[in-house]
Amino acid sequence: MRAMKAAPYLLSTPALLLFGAIVVVPLAMTVALSFHDWGQYKGIEPVSILKNWHEVFTDSYFLEMFWRTFRIALLVTLLTAVLGVPEAYILNRMRSPWRGIFLLVILGPLLISVVARTLGWALLFGGSSGIVNKALMSMGVISSPLPFMFTETGMVVALAHVLMPYMVLAVWAALQRLDPQIENAAVALGAGPFTVVRRIVLPQIMPGILSGGVIVFALAASAFATPAIIGGRRLKVASTLAYDEFLNTLNWPLGAAVAVLLLLALIAIVVASSRLVEKRYAQVFG
Amino acid sequence: MAFLALEGLTRKFGTHLAVDGLSLGVEKGEFVALLGPSGCGKTTTLQMIAGFVEPTSGAIALDGRDLLAVKPAKRGLGIVFQSYALFPHMTVAENVAFGLEMQGVATAERTRRVAETLELVGLGTFAARYPRQMSGGQQQRVALARALVIRPQILLLDEPLSNLDAKLREEMQIELRQIQRSVGTTTILVTHDQGEAMALSDRIAVMNHGKVEQFAPPHEAYERPATPFVASFLGKTNLVGGTTVRPEKISFAASGLAGRVKTRIFQGNHWLYQVDTPSGLVTVIRQNSGETMPGEGETVHLAWGTT
Repeated sequence: MRAMKAAPYLLSTPALLLFGAIVVVPLAMTVALSFHDWGQYKGIEPVSILKNWHEVFTDSYFLEMFWRTFRIALLVTLLTAVLGVPEAYILNRMRSPWRGIFLLVILGPLLISVVARTLGWALLFGGSSGIVNKALMSMGVISSPLPFMFTETGMVVALAHVLMPYMVLAVWAALQRLDPQIENAAVALGAGPFTVVRRIVLPQIMPGILSGGVIVFALAASAFATPAIIGGRRLKVASTLAYDEFLNTLNWPLGAAVAVLLLLALIAIVVASSRLVEKRYAQVFG
Repeated sequence: MAFLALEGLTRKFGTHLAVDGLSLGVEKGEFVALLGPSGCGKTTTLQMIAGFVEPTSGAIALDGRDLLAVKPAKRGLGIVFQSYALFPHMTVAENVAFGLEMQGVATAERTRRVAETLELVGLGTFAARYPRQMSGGQQQRVALARALVIRPQILLLDEPLSNLDAKLREEMQIELRQIQRSVGTTTILVTHDQGEAMALSDRIAVMNHGKVEQFAPPHEAYERPATPFVASFLGKTNLVGGTTVRPEKISFAASGLAGRVKTRIFQGNHWLYQVDTPSGLVTVIRQNSGETMPGEGETVHLAWGTT
């Protein structure tokens, strides 16, 4: 019997060791690194000081970066919800084979690198040589190229495009759990199509929308490739800022402080919103 | 013209004829069951009345008006779905009030009618609960209350009791019948359960392959089945020497068709026999009156009156 009890732990040991080696240890080292000192000529000094944290919290430059990061993440979340929820609803109402085909169209982009997808946006709107800009200018619709590269708008649009599948999938999963007769039940009681969506469907898929929102928010706030391509070094967010500190300024401790702060802020936001969702919908959906 | 008249109702799904020229007249206040095996078109018929499925051809008239010209949301029919389809994010009272709200009934009147209807189905104290906090039988009552509160011209029941266990189903059958009697709403029940159809309805429409094989009161359909299908679907039957005989009409006698008891099953209030005879296997049901009954392997003689 003792052996039986130990078996699950023994069986999960390899995975635990791997998890510890590639996640926990580097994370702990990054946290430790954020307390070290750094100087232009002396390099990294393994001491424990609050200099980096003090800098991150007092310098308005960092505040601006973090504020921009969360503003972009929030707008991306709203945009994916506004576009993704109707998309999932329509998808769910399609008949086969169309449903399968369009599900593939929605999920297909996940098979393509984020870099490739973001570069696509750059090709379409990148300054005066972007294809769409060129076309619109030659048609006389616009006189100067639409500002897209190095703008927050561009970053929001590209991130929303990249992260849309996650929202659609979360909402679609919630729609799948709906009683297939529930809309008919509402219609039979006299509800019009708009009322059915607003009063019957939306409240029931709200947990799905919110969990999709949490996923999209977390991914948008920590995204690196898309902000790096669209924003470059001109328009930085928290993740590209940490990257810059590590690889360009070579101030690893400061970069570590930025990265750890981003991680903590994200954990706080994700845990708080999940709690809120669970509490709000516990007695209704369980 | 009947209160609800279905005339030549046909529905094709691709090349499959789900409902094939069905005509049926339901009188006001009547309880009618559409009975048949799965795929016989009974649910499609119900959905055409409700407006969720459009007929390929044919007509439906309710109280002399063309029902097909009315949008599903405006038909004002009460429907109880097989899955109940309650709104999980609303309390019982909100579920029941939804239809009244859609009709624009004033709040005070709405509250009064919701309370009244919940009382009718025996759920007066459950108004503030959410559906998932209730048992299957209670959810079923909420669904019934939600359908009845709008005072529908017709109540449509789509296999309403099939998700309940046997004991609860029997209780609900009695209750459903009493409620329907007291409210007097014309009711159409779709079911594959012949016992349920016979227990509840004034008339049964036995359906097969999209057509009505017989439309008659339960007793008549059982005693004088119009087609072999009706005979076999409504209760058990034996085909002995070209005539159909109900198992409970056969008795053990001193003389008659000789046979050997193949199996004997005790079912509490009755015995179920399979008797091997020269004209095939015959099913016999005998009431349990406490007497000793022939055992397996014994030779018996079967007799029945001619009808």
